[in-house]
Amino acid sequence: MEPMSAHAATHHAPPQGFIRKYVFSVDHKIIGIQYTTLSLVAAFIGMALSWAMRIHLGWPDAHIPLLSMFSPNGAPGGLMTPEYYLSLMTMHGTIMAFFVLTAAPMAGFGNFMLPIQVGAADMAFPRLNMASFWVTFVGFVLACATFFIPDGPPLSGWTAYAPLSAVGTVAGPGQGWGQNFWGLSIAVFCVASLLGALNFIVTTLDLRTKGMTLSRLPLSTWAWFINAWVSLLAFAVLLPTCLLLVLDRLGGTSFFIPAGLVINDQLQPHSGGSPLLFQHLFWFFGHPEVYIIILPAFGIVSHILPTFIRKPLVGGWKAITYAMIAVGTLSFVVWGHHMFVSGMSPFMAMVFSVPTLFITIPSVIAVLIWTFSLYRANMRFDTPMLFSLGFISLFISGGIGGFFLAQPSTDSYLHATSFVVGHFHFTMGLSAIFAAFAGFYYWFPKMWGRMMNETLGKVHFWLSFVLVYCVFMTMHLTGFAGAVRRYSAFVDDFMVPLIPTQRFISVAALLLGAAQFIFLFNAIWSRFQGPKAPDNPWGATTLEWDTTSPPPFDNFGGRQITVYHGPMEYDGEASVMQTSPEVSVAGT
Amino acid sequence: MGLALLVIIWLITFISTYFFVAKVWWLPHAASAAAPWIDHQFALTYVLMGTVFVAAQCGLGWLVWKHRDGASSKPAGYSHGNATLEIVWTALTAALFVGLNLMGSHVWASERFAPATTGAVPVEVTGMQFAWYFRYPGPDGKYGRTDLKLMDPSAGNEAAIGLDTSDPAAKDDVVTGTMYLPVQREVDLTLRAVDVIHSFFVPALRFKQDAVPGLAIHMHFTPTEIGDYEIACAELCGLGHYKMHGVVHVVSQEDFDKWLAAREGEK
Repeated sequence: MEPMSAHAATHHAPPQGFIRKYVFSVDHKIIGIQYTTLSLVAAFIGMALSWAMRIHLGWPDAHIPLLSMFSPNGAPGGLMTPEYYLSLMTMHGTIMAFFVLTAAPMAGFGNFMLPIQVGAADMAFPRLNMASFWVTFVGFVLACATFFIPDGPPLSGWTAYAPLSAVGTVAGPGQGWGQNFWGLSIAVFCVASLLGALNFIVTTLDLRTKGMTLSRLPLSTWAWFINAWVSLLAFAVLLPTCLLLVLDRLGGTSFFIPAGLVINDQLQPHSGGSPLLFQHLFWFFGHPEVYIIILPAFGIVSHILPTFIRKPLVGGWKAITYAMIAVGTLSFVVWGHHMFVSGMSPFMAMVFSVPTLFITIPSVIAVLIWTFSLYRANMRFDTPMLFSLGFISLFISGGIGGFFLAQPSTDSYLHATSFVVGHFHFTMGLSAIFAAFAGFYYWFPKMWGRMMNETLGKVHFWLSFVLVYCVFMTMHLTGFAGAVRRYSAFVDDFMVPLIPTQRFISVAALLLGAAQFIFLFNAIWSRFQGPKAPDNPWGATTLEWDTTSPPPFDNFGGRQITVYHGPMEYDGEASVMQTSPEVSVAGT
Repeated sequence: MGLALLVIIWLITFISTYFFVAKVWWLPHAASAAAPWIDHQFALTYVLMGTVFVAAQCGLGWLVWKHRDGASSKPAGYSHGNATLEIVWTALTAALFVGLNLMGSHVWASERFAPATTGAVPVEVTGMQFAWYFRYPGPDGKYGRTDLKLMDPSAGNEAAIGLDTSDPAAKDDVVTGTMYLPVQREVDLTLRAVDVIHSFFVPALRFKQDAVPGLAIHMHFTPTEIGDYEIACAELCGLGHYKMHGVVHVVSQEDFDKWLAAREGEK
């Protein structure tokens, strides 16, 4: 299939002046860097929150002096209150899920790389692109602002189940303006994601350069393209859900609040709403969301692996792409598995468990493709490759835990325990983070024109890989013992014996966080002091490596790009650029 | 580097597997009729998935080491797929997963799809921030009327759920903050919540079900061993979520009758 426009048009002249160039920029590369930077900031905030939580869980009587300076009410004298623990947990989940995991692998790398990978000069709608970043930024500011309003951040979790999230301050602290800001922040984030998704779809379909057929798209572009469709459908449901929640809170409506609630001895003036409706709407978004997070990771790893194993993936572009399409499609029919014990009809639990088990099939196929592709490879262990291998290992471990949760009979015990926390941190949290690290180390030379330090990169990998297992595999074990999640302290007799294990998790989590500063130092130092990057440091074949590092404003310096090959033209030392008219070495 | 990856991945795999197999942290002692079935399903999933886990991680480690750069002078080999192999592994995965799920489904169905048998002990559980209340309908077997206006949680017991004592059926209703159940009798549970969502979790009974405001959710189970079992709230309900706990006392039929009669007498 030939693309609709045979060559990429230059949309706009290079901007002049600092503001137009670096702040309100319409250049997809700057916007990609802006998204990546925002995610990095968000990730370190989210991590700091998890540190405070882990210290409190390991040593409930610990005084954290910094915390009392930050929030005198939430941590008087540095001792965290139960409600402040829940607020930190809520904001950790919100910031990590939306502003890190959704933003970085898709909007960050996707914005920078997708137009270059298809041979375009920019996104299809550059101004819309600028708008989507700045709208995301507003959402992030709203989320962070909750820390500074008098009654503090919301405490109802990143899932914000109604009626707790909907009835207001009567349900206790953390339910005032913090929850309103939360609803608005996520609504705004949805708008940004919808704009971004449209741009990704149109750019992929319309701006491919001459010869860039769909079968020659790099796998990262395929993943972003599929993911844009999933985002478009999923965020379109979360947006009204957040607005309805805010209406219930401020407008006196009762979408999610049933009649006859008595909270704190007060009869609530609501009637006719359904708490389960909120859960259905939230998880109709929420389950695709975990794939919105992990599909770009699939794409990044599938894109990076061939470069470092020096051969195409097993099954070529088709097998992995079809697997990603299947995952994206099935992700819309499995949301009920979050609700097995919610009070939904128990028959529906059986119904939802079937597609849930089926969605593992394309996931298993993807894992088998990556693993079998290693067979007879000539593997190079640069840092991006190490993080890609780490991703595969973590995704396997996370996936295994999924089988316990996909079956209603075993899930009913494990639901809402730390097993679930360990599971989703493996599958969508740390897997996606590892893929994002792989992408960061891989594309850093292209984005900033300098190489990162390999030794520091490897140290960062080894520490992260081992410590991630210490933290989250252990959570699986405590989950078996029944440790309930979202507890700010463990007072039940059956959970008290787990406190030493909780301390082990806390120590590992603190070390894991500390190891991330190696990465931060490496990134900042290399940005200014790293050796200059060649155009194609990894011997890769896709279009982003066929231009300068960093690329010029129009990406290819006015060169007319014609594509002759698929993206995985590797055969050991030999490789052929997508733009090279030479004969294929791998038949892609 | 390939060897280091092999060693670390294998170590992580074996250490993780050891902790699972040695049952250092494991499900609490099982004390309900469905628990052995659920534990059996756990064990089955465990063995199957444990095998897959070990095989996949060890395979990954081995491939990484074996095919590191410079390990052989042979050029990279690659395939464009093998249709038969792909169909076989897809079919195998599908059969394994669906089969596993079908095996576990009767456990799920048995406590939920059909109502409790006649003769089961009716108990109504009400969750509120941050306590559980348990109501027994008394000799008439009927729950009396409750009225939201009469609710006074600070008074505890009958007043906590707003029992309307002017209703004849309410006269013999007993409401307590501690749950008593006779051993080896089915319990016909009705779950309610008055403010926000709570979740009734008794690990030893392998029982968890959300209590949702606006809904009365019915389930049934049979405790099989005398003992005291902890109840934890498993759905985030506010600042006191972590301490919203209670106790189920599973006692002999005789002790249960005595206890209930004593509570009736106190009213």
